[in-house]
Amino acid sequence: MSVLELSNLSVYYGPVRGVVDVDLAVGEGEIVALLGANGAGKSTVLKAVSGLVRPRAGSIAFFGDDLRRVPAATRVRRGLVQVPEGRRIFPALTVRENLELAAFGFGIARAARRQRLDSVVERFPLIQPHLAKLAGMLSGGEQQVLAIARGMMAQPRLLMVDEPSLGLAPQMIESVYDLLVQIAAEGTPVLLVEQNVTLAFEITARAYVLQQGSVVLSGESDVLAEDPRVIAAYLGAEAKAAR
Amino acid sequence: MSSLVKGGGDEEIVVPVVANARSGSALFLGAAGTRLARGAALLGLVVVAGFFPDFAQSNYLTSIALQIEILMCLALGLNFVVGYAGMLDLGFAAFFAIGSYTTGMLSVHAHWPILATLPPAVAIALIGAVFVGVPTLRLRSDYLAVVTLGFGEIIQMVVNNLNQTGGPEGIYGIPPLHLGGWVLTTTGSYYEIFLFLVVLFVAVSSRIRRSRLGRAWLAIREDEDTAQAMGIKVRRYKLYAYMAGSVFGSITGSLYAPAFIAIAPPSFGFTESLLVVMAVSIGGIGSIWGALLGAGVVIAFPEVFRQFAQARLLVFGIALVLIMVLRPQGIWPENGLGLGRLQQRWRSRGVGGVHR
Repeated sequence: MSVLELSNLSVYYGPVRGVVDVDLAVGEGEIVALLGANGAGKSTVLKAVSGLVRPRAGSIAFFGDDLRRVPAATRVRRGLVQVPEGRRIFPALTVRENLELAAFGFGIARAARRQRLDSVVERFPLIQPHLAKLAGMLSGGEQQVLAIARGMMAQPRLLMVDEPSLGLAPQMIESVYDLLVQIAAEGTPVLLVEQNVTLAFEITARAYVLQQGSVVLSGESDVLAEDPRVIAAYLGAEAKAAR
Repeated sequence: MSSLVKGGGDEEIVVPVVANARSGSALFLGAAGTRLARGAALLGLVVVAGFFPDFAQSNYLTSIALQIEILMCLALGLNFVVGYAGMLDLGFAAFFAIGSYTTGMLSVHAHWPILATLPPAVAIALIGAVFVGVPTLRLRSDYLAVVTLGFGEIIQMVVNNLNQTGGPEGIYGIPPLHLGGWVLTTTGSYYEIFLFLVVLFVAVSSRIRRSRLGRAWLAIREDEDTAQAMGIKVRRYKLYAYMAGSVFGSITGSLYAPAFIAIAPPSFGFTESLLVVMAVSIGGIGSIWGALLGAGVVIAFPEVFRQFAQARLLVFGIALVLIMVLRPQGIWPENGLGLGRLQQRWRSRGVGGVHR
């Protein structure tokens, strides 16, 4: 059974088309990339999955359960966790408080929360020395790692990561990506949303390419990496004609 | 000095406050030592403050100090709403009014003892908070400010027009507070009561700030959408902030009534709401010490400027503008007094008391 399965998902913002007829699946232990240029509809898909926008048509299944009537907060509790674009950490709170917040409302006891925090901190040695610092004082890369660590605090059954490479130095991108690979290898499937195609192909098994709200290409990442149509999807129809 | 508030209880109250203070004095004592030193310093401060009326020997100064304490209590209440949860509330005096009038009416017309009027006052304030909060707290920023402003105006108009609240004349002849064997009649004795209330409110505020509830509020203030994505029920927690504020506001109001014997609508208008907002924002939004300092500045400045006679409010206004221009984060911002980088270094080494 797929972890996440979207079929014929369509989202509109009023009369404006967000995405149309998107089919997408993420399996156990997989890293799947959702690619596309600015405005292709990547974030819209994520928002629909998280429950922040209501799809006009289609279905979203999480471990076989239909999510359409499940509110956003409940989805998080069921293990559908998003690491938002731009990291969105809480800068005025300490790193520790940021992590504690992520296990919020799970109805778990203080001791269990503490244990969860310790195990997450152990997995992310990069943030360990900064626990008592204000999150706003961390570097961009450290903040991204914190955002992912915060996601892991919720013990996700699927981690959706939106543009983790945004604004990071190449070296930092690499260590963030290594983290994602490690997370998937340890059993948490990852849906990676990226603009940065080359990097995303390197670490994912499969990928979907969105263009103007529709999936135009999908398949094995190493095959897609060779496909000139991916470039065309990024540069638009003009580039296709010019070729 | 009517030493009603001193005694064994103080220590227990002050220590949790201290644990939260984040500045890094007593660097070489380690976290526990720092906390102890700070606890002793604060306890000393409270004791000294307790002797202020005896020391000042002036009814004028004591009554100014009492006004500062009252505004401190209100500012700590509003700090939940504006400081922690980040919602602009321009009608906070409504809860102050609810507390005062509940106590005033029950004590004068029904002859209830003052302390017995506290539970109904808090209950009515809570009902008011839920009644206004449930439909409106989904609004953000300016829109919420307008609604709360309206609520404040409505409450003032209601008390101004009802016969039961005495109309524009208000309620007078409110009996004094009885506490054990004492009957409190002097300004000095109410000064001590409110000193106790300030200490209590500070302790409660700082505990809440470090609890799940406090973290949830700050998360909402920092980034409402992300807070929701963390599984925080944003609207419910905003309502909690509003309710917490209403509890502080109404308790303050309930004790204000016997302290001033007479209450009337003008004390609960927009100006009063604005003074509380001013205290919180001048002091430093979200900061407990800031709220206290802000209250001091807001009350003391106009008094200090009395020498300018008619121009004193003008001078006061200029002083406020200067503070906001020179120190937009407030006099004592929530993350310390601007010894920022040093504090950060201490804290990251685990000395600053945040490691627990």
